[in-house]
Amino acid sequence: MFRIVKKVQFSPEVFSMTIEAPMIAKERKAGQFVIIQKGGDFNERIPLTIADADEKQGTITIVFQAVGEGTHILARLEEGDFIENVLGPLGSPTHIENFGKVVCVGGGIGVAPLYPIAKALKEAGNDVRVIIGARNKSLIIEEDMMRAIDPELIVVTDDGSYGRKALVTEPLGELLEKGADQVVAIGPAPMMKFCVKTAEKTNTPCIVSLNTIMIDGTGMCGGCRVLVGGETKFVCVDGPEFDGHLVDWDNMMKRQRTYKSQETEAHHRCHVDMQIEEGLA
Amino acid sequence: MRTPEELQKGAVEILESLPENLSVKDRAAIPNQEMPSQDPADRIHNMFEVALGYTEEEALVEANRCLNCKNQPCVQGCPVGINIPAFICEIQNKNYGDALSIIQESSLLPAVCGRVCPQEKQCQKFCTVGKMNKDVEKAVAIGRLERFVADKAGKDAPLPEVKEASGKKVAIVGSGPASIACAADVRREGHEVVMFEALHKMGGVLSYGIPEFRLPKKLVDSEFEKLKAMGIKMETNVPVGRTRTIDALMKEDGFDAVFVGSGAGLPKFMNIPGENLLSVFSANEYLTRSNLMKAYDEKHAKTPFFHAEKVAVLGGGNVAMDAARTALRLGAKKVDIIYRRTMDEITARKEEVHHAMEEGVNFRLLSQPVEILGDENDFVKGLKIRKCELGEPDESGRRRPVEIPGSDFIEEYDTVIVSIGNASNPLIKKTTPAIETNKRGNFIVDEETCKTSMEGVYAGGDIVLGAATVILAMGQGRKAAKAINEYLKTK
Repeated sequence: MFRIVKKVQFSPEVFSMTIEAPMIAKERKAGQFVIIQKGGDFNERIPLTIADADEKQGTITIVFQAVGEGTHILARLEEGDFIENVLGPLGSPTHIENFGKVVCVGGGIGVAPLYPIAKALKEAGNDVRVIIGARNKSLIIEEDMMRAIDPELIVVTDDGSYGRKALVTEPLGELLEKGADQVVAIGPAPMMKFCVKTAEKTNTPCIVSLNTIMIDGTGMCGGCRVLVGGETKFVCVDGPEFDGHLVDWDNMMKRQRTYKSQETEAHHRCHVDMQIEEGLA
Repeated sequence: MRTPEELQKGAVEILESLPENLSVKDRAAIPNQEMPSQDPADRIHNMFEVALGYTEEEALVEANRCLNCKNQPCVQGCPVGINIPAFICEIQNKNYGDALSIIQESSLLPAVCGRVCPQEKQCQKFCTVGKMNKDVEKAVAIGRLERFVADKAGKDAPLPEVKEASGKKVAIVGSGPASIACAADVRREGHEVVMFEALHKMGGVLSYGIPEFRLPKKLVDSEFEKLKAMGIKMETNVPVGRTRTIDALMKEDGFDAVFVGSGAGLPKFMNIPGENLLSVFSANEYLTRSNLMKAYDEKHAKTPFFHAEKVAVLGGGNVAMDAARTALRLGAKKVDIIYRRTMDEITARKEEVHHAMEEGVNFRLLSQPVEILGDENDFVKGLKIRKCELGEPDESGRRRPVEIPGSDFIEEYDTVIVSIGNASNPLIKKTTPAIETNKRGNFIVDEETCKTSMEGVYAGGDIVLGAATVILAMGQGRKAAKAINEYLKTK
């Protein structure tokens, strides 16, 4: 059993939870993820990247958006509640070295998994620039944490409600013009795809972190397979990070939608349930 | 197919007509007892077990067909050497507890093996009665009798005795059949045993792989209750190789020996065009969703399941049969097994092939899938299949299928399930370079002791064998346990 020691709500649908998981806190490295299952026979297994960890306290932090039924169930848990199953750390850690100049780009809740990577890159001696973006102001997260890594942090929103009104690719292009050795982009698949396209223009290598459909997360089910450089790779064991220039984005984005019709229905049901509960409260 | 009531009535009549002292001729004249099963028309709409198990009368009739041969040919066919004639003799005498004890001397999971062993290729293949009838299906139904004994006497069976605490600690990686067998045998010697399972549920392939309709999960759960009662500790959510490495278990956590039964890993694909279309699944994924995540129970399960109507299952093993029959139960209208050889080479257990046929699964034999075709949304719309003929035998002794040029045709499907086996699990190999593996990534072990190239580390089951059966995995687990118990005497 894994106790929730802290819960923070960033926006109506975005939450951060700090969970007691000493073994995972000790072993995890930047870029790795956990799979969470809220007990019982019927709950989903949800892959979530580890956003932060504290080895001394024996805790890990996850950040998630309530998009599906499983994440809605998680969102309703409070401090002191328990999660029955937390499995990890999974996936291969980020390859950290001193590349020189690195631009880290985070979109939406992708900012959360980007943070430990940006931190590790900084600690390895890189000159780290950070760009974070979201649809609107309420969805911007971890701004202060990122500013601690890069005092010149660039914040953008799609609607201009905060920071610069732009997509992340705009400032990314500008920074790459001035020269950079490595890009790390984490966020929604279309955002990562266009970051890769932007990096292509200056021939800058671009690491991305893929969040595909997954069940066991240990290399058994094959649901997470993607085409990378024409070869089938498994995100859970070969990834989650890949050379963005080699990823078949169109196939990956389509595969994410395999269960779209069922999930849309479930999402609707979650909201109906929540309203009913809130109405009674 | 006769109904369970008809079968029972038949058995009672035979039993009443049997003379007191049976001659060999009398025994040979007793007709073989069919396994009572759920009606196919009903069972394709539920997940309950298909084979209902013998009644006491049916078991008694079947047991009396055994000739108690002096040379015990059936025992040679059993991978763990169960004293088959002896346990059947105890059934004849209605001493079911004793029958179970005899089985348990060699096998720890009779309720499971009685259900899932390919008996027609093992014990029953060598049965004299089958040979007399020139039909392996008329051999004494040893598997069904094993299941009967386990179901009948299992609940009251005493737990194996555990010796006084030895002060030694053994880690068991994985919780499938190999691990269960090893854990129990090591624990009996008084060693502290901790099982580490990566998933949120114990049981390995017994939980995520084999469907409810073939192996009810309550049986698997009750095996773990027994292991717990023996004092074996269990930790779920610990993928060894990630949360803890084998080195850490031995050097920091104080384990004196480790058994690795981490099982099969990455599903194999055919490497044909279209395999990454949306409704192409590995059998592992399809079955894990249904079995482990209970997606078949749509009212309660949160894990989504793809609603397939026309399904092609690629492969001819037990897993392929399980996937095909699961698809039927989840509402598919058409399910085809696509297999490049013929019925004679199909590797699935005979009974499962029969059951699949009864349920309406089609077998497209001598058929090689060459391309999966997608629609405008990248869902499967069909499969291009090439006809084959049988050529010369290959290294496995089975005749090699040879593709017939120009024989391609397209068949309409909306779902493809790939069931052509697994590569080995990469997690431990990646973090434990001291363990030698072959080119397929399987652990290399000593045949007699299951010892790996790393001191104190043993391995068995699919991580060593590739893809094998429950009983072979269990056999290796027991071999390893024996070697571990010997090894710990020297420590």
